[in-house]
Amino acid sequence: MKNRLKVLRAERDWTQAQLASALEVSRQTINAIEKGKFDPSLPLAFKAARLFKLSIEDIFQDEVETEIV
Amino acid sequence: MSKQECEKNNYQTKNNTNTVKLRNWTIAWVITMAIATFAPKFIWDFNTALTITAVLVNLAVGFKMLIANRDYLRGLDEMQRTILLEAMALALGVGLVVGLNYTMLENIQLITYKPEIPHIVFIMVITYGLAVVSGHRKYQ
Repeated sequence: MKNRLKVLRAERDWTQAQLASALEVSRQTINAIEKGKFDPSLPLAFKAARLFKLSIEDIFQDEVETEIV
Repeated sequence: MSKQECEKNNYQTKNNTNTVKLRNWTIAWVITMAIATFAPKFIWDFNTALTITAVLVNLAVGFKMLIANRDYLRGLDEMQRTILLEAMALALGVGLVVGLNYTMLENIQLITYKPEIPHIVFIMVITYGLAVVSGHRKYQ
């Protein structure tokens, strides 16, 4: 699963630690999600969407779906 | 997002509290285990009442340690929890497979000494440690 977390974070000038703090996870988890090594759960994805005031699809994209489009 | 907001992070605070709690209960468990093991022989000359008390206290503290471990796991974020649960599953599996195989070795006379539980515990601890390290590296 691809995501725009790193871009959105950079746009707001937040560090990984600040984003981790806002989402109540560890910095390592944010790093793994940004690198696409760990897929967040639905509740965490919703939390991120609420934080960035975007829809989940605006942040996370299914790679298979992206390839088809 | 300010630094102050960052400091409000209760994930890290909760995680630190749970870690300290787990560490303290683990230390208490090890101490009560040592008392239950050595005190009957070296301190109270196998007094039954004191020995039973020591064993019961060790069991009670052991259960408190298990509860602290459960709280620690529940307090972790989803990735950290995945890493630890995968490590635990692997350690349990290796302990079962290697443990049964190891006990079989004496029966089929491939080893001459009696297999001991601490040997299996040692294998499980090593497996768990390696699996945790490998899990963290996997998601780095």
